[in-house]
Parts: sequence; C-alpha cells; structure tokens
Amino acid sequence: MSELKPGPVAKPTTVEVRLPSRMGYEKVAMSTAAAVAQLMGFRAGRIEDLKTAVAEACINAIEHGNRLNEKLSVGVVLNAGTDSLEVKVIDDGKGMSKQPAKPNIDRKMHGQEDPRGMGMFLIQALVDEAEWVAGTDGKSSYVRLVIRLDKDEE
Amino acid sequence: MQSETKAHVDQLTSPAGDPVAVLRFEGDIASTSKDAVIGTYQALPKETAKLILLDFSKVDYINSSGIALVIQLLIEAANSGQKVSAFGLSAHFTKVFTMVGIPKYASLFPTQAEALAAL
Repeated sequence: MSELKPGPVAKPTTVEVRLPSRMGYEKVAMSTAAAVAQLMGFRAGRIEDLKTAVAEACINAIEHGNRLNEKLSVGVVLNAGTDSLEVKVIDDGKGMSKQPAKPNIDRKMHGQEDPRGMGMFLIQALVDEAEWVAGTDGKSSYVRLVIRLDKDEE
Repeated sequence: MQSETKAHVDQLTSPAGDPVAVLRFEGDIASTSKDAVIGTYQALPKETAKLILLDFSKVDYINSSGIALVIQLLIEAANSGQKVSAFGLSAHFTKVFTMVGIPKYASLFPTQAEALAAL
C-alpha cells in the first residue's frame, strides 16, 4: 500500500467486504470506503459524507434487510472508477418499496413522526446518486451509491 | 464493535449567573447509547436544570439512531421548559444536524465558550 499515491485511479478497481448482520460492523465498511476514497484523492469533507452514507446503508441492510439475523451477511462492493466511487450494499431483504422522505423536525418534536427514520434521507442527501434496487428473487436487494470526484479534487 | 458511550455531567454558570448542566459525551452515539444520552439527561433535576449544553467534542461517530436519541432528548427538554444548546460537533456532523433541522430546537456552537456566552 505504501507505493499508492492519492489520485484518480488509472483503471477501475473493486474492493469487497462482507459484514456480519450485527450492529456496529457498519464501521468496518465505513473505514474501508474511506480508505478507498482517500486513495482516489477525495477531499476530507466528501470522505466524511461517504462514511455517513455507507454507514447508514449498512445499518439499514443489517437492521431492516437482514433483520439482525447473524446467519446472513451484508455485502459491500466498492467500485473505484476514474472519476467516481460506486458503493453497493447488498442484503437478503426484499428491498425498499418507497423513496426516502425528508425528515420533518417539527413533526418529530411534536410526536407526529418517529424520531428515527433519517438514514435513507441522509444517504440521498450526502452522495451524488442513490438508488434502492429490489432483488428480482424477492431478496438480494441493494442500495447503490455514487460519489464523484470534484474537478478541484483531481 | 461500537465504542461504548460515556457521559458525565459538569455544572457551570451562565454569564447571567444561572446554573448550566453540561452533558459531556465520549465515544460513539448510536442505538446502544440510550442509557448514556437519555439516562444521563433524565437524571438531571428538572426543577433546577433549565439550561443544558451537550458537549460532542469527544464524539467521533454519530449515526441516525444516535441523532434520533438527541431528538428524543430535545422533545423531553422542550416539554420540561429547558433550553438546550450543543457544541463541539465536527464540521461534518454540524452539517448533518443542520440537514435534519436540529438547530431549530438546539443552537449549535463550535466551542463551549461560545455556547455559554450565548445563554
């Protein structure tokens, strides 16, 4: 690793991580994504955005996709391209049926909305692209995130 | 895997001479942090603890479940007539807290001195 210098990758590179469906292990994916993004030359602020988005995607996969079943694992596939990083977080759930709603702090404060339920909103707000794809067999669903290198990062 | 949330309370005085309870958090703030966040807050005497500061300067990781606990704390504080501000969040988590609307109910400051001065 010591010979690698941060900057756009010369050729597409894939890194894969497999996590147990146990809360807290999202931090492994978060750290891996941060390391790949750092090698690609992303600036610190964008790496923080990516870390939160990846952590939230993994938490959703662990909690809602795999329902905390430790016999199931969460797959995290990072595809580093020349100008963007794509992250797929794959679980054995049926996938999301609706797009995330923006949380309403007033409704939360007045007990009209669950204080939780902000993960998907944060994912969508912090990366350049986010899509939720339901598996055709009723499982193996995934969320796909893309974060792009800004021109001034290259 | 998640680092345990530690919390303790310090007592300060506002520029106007009122008592201020500072809840200092350390470690991760996630779904497992309920006792540290809500439990520590609920142990404050509601009659006297009217000004509360949340210190996040030693917190590295906050996820959406942790933010939900902060919102739950703000709901209880609003219902008890307490004023809550926070300080010490990183630039990233200041942005995240702002995205979900928290500054409407708890002002965010870079440092304890700035948070205290605004009381």
